[in-house]
Amino acid sequence: MFRGLYAIIYKETRHILRDPKTLFLMLLIPMLELTIFGYAVNLDVKNIPTVVYNLDGREPSRKLVDAFVNTGYFTVVGTAHSDAGMYGAIVAGNVKVGIKIPPDFTDTLVTGTTTKVQVLIDGSDSTSALQALNTSNAIAFGQSIKILSRVVGGVTEMPLEVRPRILFNPDMKTANFMIPGLVGVILQVVIMLLTAFAIVREKEQGTLEQLMVTPVSRLGLILGKLVPYGFVGICESISVLFLMRTLFQVQIAGNILYLAGFTLIFLFTTLSLGLLISTFTDNQIQALQFSFLILLPSFLLSGFMFPQETMPAIIYWIGQVVPATYFIRILRGIILRDAPLEALWHSGLILACMGVCIITLATLRFRKTLA
Amino acid sequence: MMRKESATISSSTIIKAEGLTRRFGDFTAVDHVDLDIEQGDIFGFLGPNGSGKTTVIRMLCGLLRPSQGRATILGNDVQHNSEAVKRSIGYMSQQFSLYGDLSVMENLKFYAGIYGIPRKERPARINEVIDIVGIGEYRRQLAMRLSGGWKQRLALACALVHRPKLMFLDEPTAGIDPVARRDLWNLLFDLAGQGITFFVSTHYMDEAERCSHIGYIYFSKLIVCGTPGDLKRLPEVTPEGAVRLELRCPRIAAAMRCLNTFDYVLDATIFADVVHVLAQEGYEKQIVDDLGRHGFPGATVHPIPATLEDVFVTLSRKRAKENGRV
Repeated sequence: MFRGLYAIIYKETRHILRDPKTLFLMLLIPMLELTIFGYAVNLDVKNIPTVVYNLDGREPSRKLVDAFVNTGYFTVVGTAHSDAGMYGAIVAGNVKVGIKIPPDFTDTLVTGTTTKVQVLIDGSDSTSALQALNTSNAIAFGQSIKILSRVVGGVTEMPLEVRPRILFNPDMKTANFMIPGLVGVILQVVIMLLTAFAIVREKEQGTLEQLMVTPVSRLGLILGKLVPYGFVGICESISVLFLMRTLFQVQIAGNILYLAGFTLIFLFTTLSLGLLISTFTDNQIQALQFSFLILLPSFLLSGFMFPQETMPAIIYWIGQVVPATYFIRILRGIILRDAPLEALWHSGLILACMGVCIITLATLRFRKTLA
Repeated sequence: MMRKESATISSSTIIKAEGLTRRFGDFTAVDHVDLDIEQGDIFGFLGPNGSGKTTVIRMLCGLLRPSQGRATILGNDVQHNSEAVKRSIGYMSQQFSLYGDLSVMENLKFYAGIYGIPRKERPARINEVIDIVGIGEYRRQLAMRLSGGWKQRLALACALVHRPKLMFLDEPTAGIDPVARRDLWNLLFDLAGQGITFFVSTHYMDEAERCSHIGYIYFSKLIVCGTPGDLKRLPEVTPEGAVRLELRCPRIAAAMRCLNTFDYVLDATIFADVVHVLAQEGYEKQIVDDLGRHGFPGATVHPIPATLEDVFVTLSRKRAKENGRV
């Protein structure tokens, strides 16, 4: 059943070691991708460039501007001297927020009537706009409460206080949320490509025909291709996780052995998927085209970028057949939440079943006869 | 089946094919081919490109399923028992199909492993085939850096490592230099002497002459099969009442055109500096006279036996006429 397995492993290992440049790239590229995308996928909005059009200029108005700056979300990059100037700066894209303080700001504060501060927000960047809107409202609310309590007098405590606490990621750092997901997606992509070419390359070189007249068994050939690339996959996984821990300071909260075990299952499934692609394509170009069928859903439908819960049913189910979906759940569970095995085995089992089905299909699809 | 009765020790059948047929869609690549090849034969399989040679070899190796008919290799059916067939044969395909980025030694180790040779026996077995093909000094060389002739020798060594009784070589000498070609054939004779049967496809006539038996496939059909001697004596090749002559004269290209106008000349073909003429018996003298009258004085003729090329050209033309392809 496994006839020729060791010989194929021997040969594939030789191929990999014979070409150190490719091996080096196999290890370097995922780390490079994690570094680049790890910094890029930052959803934390800080230091929104802001322009101030202060028609009042007295101390209370300056204090209000400070209140904005002190949140950390706004950085004053300039002052405007007209409505058109403020508007123009936003249109030009130099700033995303404009704060206009009316000339009677201090006066109305003193008299106790409502004073109106205009905040213009550039809506073309929805993430920044939302952040600016929420922060502006919070500042207005906070400042109003302060003034009111002074007017009413004797109020030192709020009658009601909500105390939200964000579990597992207290600083709401997107790095903590995104990086483990990114690790999953990157590994999905690079590891599937390792084996997607493994058999199709031999078809192109004509060496497969020679192999077909030997008594090598189908499973021996398929597993013989899978095992050496499995080792490459393990090295890639370790290097990427190491980078996550050191460069992005994402701590692994959970059990490292669980992480290792589930990663191995994921590697098996993903390498098998690559082999399956390799069995039903005739050349490497076709194999690459097929890979894209898996790659984009891995990014967009796996829950890495967008919550799967809000997807239309069909799209949701496409997301459910991508191995990255389960691996990302497992990674976030172990790395962020220290999830126990009971919470993880379900995803792990689905991954393992997918892997067994895929490798069986690849073995059955691979025939030792020519078409 | 035209096989000269062998006077030597009784030999056993290695390849037997009956009505072997392969269709690709509407196209019949191989049409009812019968073969009977015995141990120790060097069977030369000839035919023009696209005539079905490779398809026959692939079916016999268990790489392609026959659409019809059957074939057995050493008693094993190629279709239903292909794994047993694969264990007993060696195969060298048309193009180089070893791993260029592996060394000579690594390729040999790989094939020794694939054929399941016990680990302990492997070094001895690998040394054995290295000695046979004489590739010892290139052990560490990457296969892709070998010259064409050495690549073929390495391929032969890899195909021999499990001591097959039967070797299929699909155009083994295509694209290698004449010296390497000669060496490779000498090697094949050596191995044939040790009892290995060879099934070799080629389209070189000189290689065909060296085979113990020949089959000629033309437009998917095996049209003739036998020893080179049998084939040259075929009545179809030199019909009764006809004679093959070698004709020497100046300006042979023009002379040949002239010859074709004589009604007693059945065929004329140029071979290097002579013309091979198939003419009706008794006109040997008249040819010289007639040529002289047409401006080609001083021609000489003498009778010759048919060459294999004559055989194949004659048979191909005959078939083409029958099929309406002229």
